[in-house]
Amino acid sequence: MDSVGNIVLYFVVAISMLVFSVMAVTSRKILRSATYLLFVLISTALFYFQLGYQFLGAVQIAVYAGGIMVLFIFSILLTHRPDDKSGKIESHRRIAGICASVLGAALLLGALFTMPVGAAGCSLTDVLAAGNCIDMQTIGHTLLGTDKFHYLLPFEAVSVLLLACIIGGVVVARKR
Amino acid sequence: MDLGILWYLVPSVLMFACGVYGFVTRKNLIAILISLELMLNAADLNFVAFNRYIFPGQMEGMIFTLFAIAIAAAETAIAIAIIINVYRAIGNTDINEIKKLKF
Repeated sequence: MDSVGNIVLYFVVAISMLVFSVMAVTSRKILRSATYLLFVLISTALFYFQLGYQFLGAVQIAVYAGGIMVLFIFSILLTHRPDDKSGKIESHRRIAGICASVLGAALLLGALFTMPVGAAGCSLTDVLAAGNCIDMQTIGHTLLGTDKFHYLLPFEAVSVLLLACIIGGVVVARKR
Repeated sequence: MDLGILWYLVPSVLMFACGVYGFVTRKNLIAILISLELMLNAADLNFVAFNRYIFPGQMEGMIFTLFAIAIAAAETAIAIAIIINVYRAIGNTDINEIKKLKF
């Protein structure tokens, strides 16, 4: 049995997430679309906080809602006038999109509701009490450790990838 | 009322469907990238929910999501560099206008 506060928070976050993701893909002004994406990302971070992953929620807000959104807004302001509107969607394209998304969602929801939930159907309070919440120390040791189930090698690989991506971004976007 | 695993998977499915709709219908490159981020975010939410409900004592899903966020940042930076380059060559970012490659 979950507390009323948790359930109310869940509904507020879930509804804002769905509304803003619909608005992000249907809004005709691209800057608004990016702003709605920002709200979706923040709602996801709130879900992470509710599930007990504080560090992950903070990373989501700092990297996604901070870094990636600034990139988006920069590129939108570089390539569009602020009052630009995208053209109307052609009807065959709209039908194709609705078919793809509705059929996909129906398939996934059908699979979800027929799967045996079992112990995973228990309440959030139970899960948070049973699985002791992960503290920062454990996360640090796991990310930078070299034992089994530790992640130093992927961590370094990601840092090399980010370096390559910085150089690549400069090379691709520079003026010739 | 219990918040089980399905309560987190269903919003994720619907967010993914929104992303698919935007990916198919939008014609602006940046708008397509925004839809892509929606889909990626839905997948991340799935990893975290499965980690919390099925293996609550472990942290593999969380670590996977951390790396996915880092790679999403790299991917977005490169995509935006390409979009700016396309804008410089063609003058807009509409996918109907992009018809020829250099070679």
